[in-house]
Amino acid sequence: MIVAVTGVILVLFVIGHLLGNLQIFLGPEWINSYAQHLRDLGGFLWAIRLFLLIAVLLHIYYTIWLAIENRRARGSYREREPVKASFASRHMAMSGLIILAFIFYHLAHFTVRVTDPRFALLKADPLNRYDVYSMMVYGFQNVIVSAFYVLAMFLLALHLSHGASSFFQSLGLNDKKLTPRLARIGRVVAWLIFIGYTSIPVAVLLGLVKPAQQL
Amino acid sequence: MIGTLDSKIPPGPLASKWANHKDHSRLVSPANRRKFEIIVVGSGLAGGSAAATLGEQGYNVKCFCYQDSPRRAHSIAAQGGINAAKNYQNDGDSVFRLFYDTIKGGDFRSREANVYRLAEVSNLIIDQCVEQGVPFAREYGGLLANRSFGGAQVSRTFYARGQTGQQLLLGAYQALCRQITAGTVKMFPQTEMLELVVVNGHAKGIITRSLITGEIQRHAGDAVVLASGGYGNVFYLSTNARGSNVTATYRAYKKGALFANPCYTQIHPTCIPVSGSYQSKLTLMSESLRNDGRVWVPKARGDKRPPEQIPEAERDYYLERKYPSFGNLSPRDIASRAAKEVCDDGRGAGESGRGVYLDFKDAIARLGEETIRERYGNLFDIYEKITAESAYQRPMRIYPAVHYTMGGLWVDYNLMSNLPGLHVIGEANFSDHGANRLGASALMQGLADGYFVLPYTLPNYLAGEVGKRPGTDAPAFEQVERDVRARVQKMLDVNGSRSVDSFHRELGLLLWDKCGMARNATGLREALARIPQIRDEFWRDVRILPQKNETYNQSLERAGRVADFLEFGELMCIDALTRDESCGGHFREEHQTPDGEALRNDEEFASVFAWEYQGNGAIEPPKLHREPLEFETVQLAQRSYK
Amino acid sequence: MNFRLRVWRQKSSDEKGRLVDYDAPDISPNTSFLEMLDIVNERLIERGEEPIAFDSDCREGICGTCSLTINGEAHGPSHPGAACQLYMRRFTDGETITVEPFRARPFHFIKDLVVNRGALDRIVQAGGFISARAGSAPEANSIPVPKHDADRAMEAAACIGCGACAAACPNGSAMLFTSAKVSHLAFLPQGHPERVTRALRMVSAMDAEGFGNCTNTYECEAVCPAEISASFIAKLNREFARASFAKKLGD
Ligand SMILES: Cc1cc2nc3c(=O)[nH]c(=O)nc-3n(C[C@H](O)[C@H](O)[C@H](O)COP(=O)(O)OP(=O)(O)OC[C@H]3O[C@@H](n4cnc5c(N)ncnc54)[C@H](O)[C@@H]3O)c2cc1C
Ligand code: HEM
Ligand code: SF4
Ligand code: FES
Repeated sequence: MIVAVTGVILVLFVIGHLLGNLQIFLGPEWINSYAQHLRDLGGFLWAIRLFLLIAVLLHIYYTIWLAIENRRARGSYREREPVKASFASRHMAMSGLIILAFIFYHLAHFTVRVTDPRFALLKADPLNRYDVYSMMVYGFQNVIVSAFYVLAMFLLALHLSHGASSFFQSLGLNDKKLTPRLARIGRVVAWLIFIGYTSIPVAVLLGLVKPAQQL
Repeated sequence: MIGTLDSKIPPGPLASKWANHKDHSRLVSPANRRKFEIIVVGSGLAGGSAAATLGEQGYNVKCFCYQDSPRRAHSIAAQGGINAAKNYQNDGDSVFRLFYDTIKGGDFRSREANVYRLAEVSNLIIDQCVEQGVPFAREYGGLLANRSFGGAQVSRTFYARGQTGQQLLLGAYQALCRQITAGTVKMFPQTEMLELVVVNGHAKGIITRSLITGEIQRHAGDAVVLASGGYGNVFYLSTNARGSNVTATYRAYKKGALFANPCYTQIHPTCIPVSGSYQSKLTLMSESLRNDGRVWVPKARGDKRPPEQIPEAERDYYLERKYPSFGNLSPRDIASRAAKEVCDDGRGAGESGRGVYLDFKDAIARLGEETIRERYGNLFDIYEKITAESAYQRPMRIYPAVHYTMGGLWVDYNLMSNLPGLHVIGEANFSDHGANRLGASALMQGLADGYFVLPYTLPNYLAGEVGKRPGTDAPAFEQVERDVRARVQKMLDVNGSRSVDSFHRELGLLLWDKCGMARNATGLREALARIPQIRDEFWRDVRILPQKNETYNQSLERAGRVADFLEFGELMCIDALTRDESCGGHFREEHQTPDGEALRNDEEFASVFAWEYQGNGAIEPPKLHREPLEFETVQLAQRSYK
Repeated sequence: MNFRLRVWRQKSSDEKGRLVDYDAPDISPNTSFLEMLDIVNERLIERGEEPIAFDSDCREGICGTCSLTINGEAHGPSHPGAACQLYMRRFTDGETITVEPFRARPFHFIKDLVVNRGALDRIVQAGGFISARAGSAPEANSIPVPKHDADRAMEAAACIGCGACAAACPNGSAMLFTSAKVSHLAFLPQGHPERVTRALRMVSAMDAEGFGNCTNTYECEAVCPAEISASFIAKLNREFARASFAKKLGD
């Protein structure tokens, strides 16, 4: 139940965050002002961050606990052939943990900005806002960084391809007819999120999006 | 040692006997009930419902079954439905009609008073089951639905899809679970009763073996209730579960309880035939198939061509030929016997030659495949699952199979055997179905006994037995336990060369041949000569592995059961030979009407045959006691299906 | 047909088990899987070896006794259907077939292919019933039940209690079994008075037995011989949430 509720919160965050990030395609104006808005929220931004943090911690705490319990409960077969369980559903903990590692990196990369010394060199944009746009572009020009982002997003999509419909079941919000439909919608949403997020580094690498300023 | 059998049928008019009897039976007060320990062997419809109800009333109950859960008792497999005289269809049903149909269906070989009581309580059963949450089929208005069943002109059968037995049993099982939680019932799964303990002439305990650890245990009780089901597996192949056995009732018989009418067995005409010598089990197909299918075999002996290559002119639609008026719908026993005859004649269908075709080609041509699919789709699916053949394309193969046993331990109106304290309910007793059981009435009887009869009649015995339960250290327990251990050890020590199943198969084939659908004196005598030989061989040459009691040992489990079947089979043949008439499921070829129907002899045989075990160790001929059947209300008549 | 079997042999829970190879030559395709094991056992006895212990009773898919994991799938490759309804023609000639017991922590091991599934009984004992004393029931037609509800109740009640759901579940969860019983009784008006306690007690009994937690892999539904739908698990989740809430209010 807690896993499902926190999961939903995180899914909603992931979607919101994606919509924010996709503004990069609309040009520096959009995304920089979006980022500024966020920062202008001040205390409220911290409240949201705290809320997300609690959600992530609860989610992780309970899922790890579940995973341990479940590992203990299951039989140790010599041979086992899954009949229906999807790859995603069987590897939730694995995908989740790599995503966790990713979240650390991601925060260090773009929020605290300690991984890339160039970010400090970025000048403010014409309206005197931090140039998030250029930061993202420079960030993703590194193939290895982008590759890790793509991989993480892939796992996120995998995680969500199960999780985004599974919580309906956990919360008892479906029935015999709805379940398969929800499963399909969940998978579609998950992979749309994948496409959405990966489109940014891919676009940068292909040179479709160029930095707004030179270093 | 036993005088005349007293059935204890209460006086008074038929319709008020049960009410009068209840009014005058002795009671045990609620405060005293917990002082009594009741042993219930079996957790099927009969045992499960009895254990739960006695627990509810406050008795301490110990309930035993050989499966790993009480919910798996063989009642679970019943498909069709359960009868009750509710008259919800407004088609003229009544308690009397249900009573009459059951007596007539049993070919006038059952007790009027018992059957009337069964019909009387039938309605309560439906109320009880609905309240427990049994999901019976319903109509759109939300009220209960009914279907029609054989042997009746009214629609009085309640059903839950094709799984009525399962749902009724789960109802009883849940009631049982409730009492287990309440602490009034203690359940012993995977615990088999191997002996009855009789103290001062009263049944006061049992000896059991844990199927998991092999531990042999004593259990003392103020009364023992046997609800261990039927003995159809004496034939090896039957529609019964693999573990169904005669051990509990046969051991009680050897301790002095009378075994009544063991030769009354019911053979169901439409089952999926045996396909190989290693087949372990027969599966029932609904009889309704005969409404649209035509039964035939090749005219020529040994014709092994696939059915579609056998031209019309070379087919023998033998039911239509022999019984022009009833044709494919001739009654169960006639259809079964006719199939046996043509197969004996070497004209059987299929690899084994033990099967007849049930052909839907004409029906499909007439009605279209869609209609047939609608009517029988699920049956065709089951058939295809088992045989890998589609009955839409080629005729089904069917063959009769042993399905139910009407015989059982003799009981009086109180469901108590001649051994005081020993009560017998459900298929394990002989009481209500005479020589033939009507469809949907075994479930009714099991639940009637457990929910509504035994809970009234058992106190009648218990009231006089306060404080008479022996301790398990009584000499009788000591002795019986020693016997049980010795027998187990003796079996293990044989260490011969043949598997238990091979003996069971041999016995089964013999009985099926000589004491199956049709019997005659010569065949029965042959069987009686042969059975002791098989038995001797068993005790000389059986091999049980592992050769050890203190472990989970399926070989040993089965060996014990088969050893009892090997003795019981003999009793069955003796009964069949002695009952020199035909009635219901007991068809003596010597006694038939010109058109092949069972010919009763009411003058000589309108009685129950109850057999008393004689002698210790060696099998001596049992002693016959007759309980005359008196018919005050119904008129004895030749069963007619014309 | 000929087969090579790899069968789990283990004398008792104290001893170590392993997969042992057996040949099963000359098997008719119309033999059922359990009959094939009977044949193998018969031959083992002839050779003086201990037969393979496996459980079965009705052999027609209704009692829930048989409990084999065949080639890694609970009840084998032919779904829906219990192991006793599986026929050898479903396999290819010469195939190697692995046979293991149903495994889940609460299913205590007995021998070879036999485990104790008493945990499932104890879940029902915790509350999977309607307290209806014999003799106290009202007239059967006095409470109409909409046909749709009765049909849904029957669908859930069809569970044969085999435990394949828990054996197949990567989390060893018995949610499908438990949800079937809770749903069966919750669909019927007769089940309503005890609805709250039933859901709470059965779920806590399930946890106490050591079954795992459902993460919605639907492996259970795929192997269930009675075609119990996983949507009943959603119903159980609903019932449980409702009951927890009702209990909070009650307190
Ligand atoms: C395939 C099939 C379909 C049927 N369909 C119908 C139908 O539609 N309608 C109908 O009315 N009837 C039907 N019947 C008949 C009916 O199902 C049975 O007669 C009835 O269920 C028997 O119930 P019971 O409680 O007497 O015995 P069972 O249900 O057989 O229970 C026997 C119990 O005794 C226990 N037991 C046995 N021996 C021992 C021992 N030695 N020690 C300890 N425990 C022991 C077992 O574990 C079990 O719990 C059908 C039967 C079959 C085989
Ligand atoms: C980025 C954010 C994340 C989102 C949006 C998310 C979302 C979800 C959702 C919706 C579920 C399904 C809940 C249910 O149906 O009960 C779920 C389950 C789960 N999540 Fe996450 N999650 C995220 C991060 C993580 C992380 C970082 C972990 C690291 C451990 C993790 C581990 C799990 C596990 C283990 C499960 C349960 C499945 C199982 O036990 O196999 N998740 N998640
Ligand atoms: S839900 Fe299905 S798999 Fe689980 S116990 Fe019931 S019948 Fe078996
Ligand atoms: S043996 Fe009964 S379900 Fe398989």
